[in-house]
Amino acid sequence: MSPANAALVRVTQVPGVRGSLLISATDGLVVAERLMDGIDGRAVAALAASLVQRLSRAAIGAGMRIPTFVHLRGNEGSVLAAPGQNDLVLVALTGLDANLGLARLEMLDAVGRLN
Amino acid sequence: MSDDIRGLTARLAEEPSSLAFLELGEALRRRGQLEAAYKVARGGLSRYPDLADAHDLLAHILGDQGDLAGAFDAWVEALRVDPMRTSALKGIGFLYFRAGDVAAAREHLQRAADIDPDDAAITQALARMSEAGRARASASPAGQGIPVVAPQEAAAEASGDNTEHGLLLVDGNGLRLSGHLRSGSLGDVGDRVAAELAGVSKEASRTTRLLGLGTWQTIAVESPEANLFLLAPTPDTVLLTIRETSLPMARLGLIAERAARDARAWLGHQE
Repeated sequence: MSPANAALVRVTQVPGVRGSLLISATDGLVVAERLMDGIDGRAVAALAASLVQRLSRAAIGAGMRIPTFVHLRGNEGSVLAAPGQNDLVLVALTGLDANLGLARLEMLDAVGRLN
Repeated sequence: MSDDIRGLTARLAEEPSSLAFLELGEALRRRGQLEAAYKVARGGLSRYPDLADAHDLLAHILGDQGDLAGAFDAWVEALRVDPMRTSALKGIGFLYFRAGDVAAAREHLQRAADIDPDDAAITQALARMSEAGRARASASPAGQGIPVVAPQEAAAEASGDNTEHGLLLVDGNGLRLSGHLRSGSLGDVGDRVAAELAGVSKEASRTTRLLGLGTWQTIAVESPEANLFLLAPTPDTVLLTIRETSLPMARLGLIAERAARDARAWLGHQE
């Protein structure tokens, strides 16, 4: 199993995680994915990449470096994103019942290994 | 139990609606019986929610208990009832100073001095603050993170254990409504960040809607220098709260929620 797929497996094993993807931050393309049926990986990748880019610009505008972790919470679930090196971003989609703390730790650890 | 406390307790028991709770609460506070003082003050406030003295008493008790955010809120309430209340201005000034926002601290103390120019304690505090501000400025290395950021209008939470913090309220067009954001190397970056935040809000709305996650509620962002928390106090505004990374994100979320409530109230007053 490739390091990318191993990272996705670990993240998707967290309770409440509906799927995870490794995407390219600059063009929003899917590098690898592990998603539940019915989730459009290309849409997730494009939207997550765009959001992370926006937030990165805001952070840089405030004199900070790019984010290490992003959590967008909706009233029916969340998008988690962990930007790594080499333009890659590990993204996860979760339901309301997800263990977000564990998902965050797994994602940070996984993206650290990919670096 | 000392005689004065016993007497005041009896007086309050005889006449629960009397203002004796103010003296009793203060007497208990001075004796270090903070839990009892808190209960007395809370009881009094339930009868007199618009009594600035009661909010002031509660603020002092909460401050002694180490709940500086609670003390801040109580003094804000005291000022809402009585905008000329110098003790509340002094208290808030002190909390801002502890939180590292010398400019906001000085502003509140100056307002207190304008109201009561004969209060020597205020004058002395302003002088000490100027000295401390100069010392901080000379000790602070340029170009590192976000040294001091705070709102002037939206009431900020003063947790007391943070020196790096910020609050920025932005409208739907990316224009700053309130707050300041400074970066050591870049100076005031509030307008620049505000411009980006309008896009962030739209992006977040689009993302949650298209991915079936409902309406966006919050965005928590971790960066090496600070943690950021975004939420929308109203459909047309975005509030950014920044704290140092040592503050847990969940707690930052609570602080941001409180700031959003204050922002909503403030926006309501502007209409």
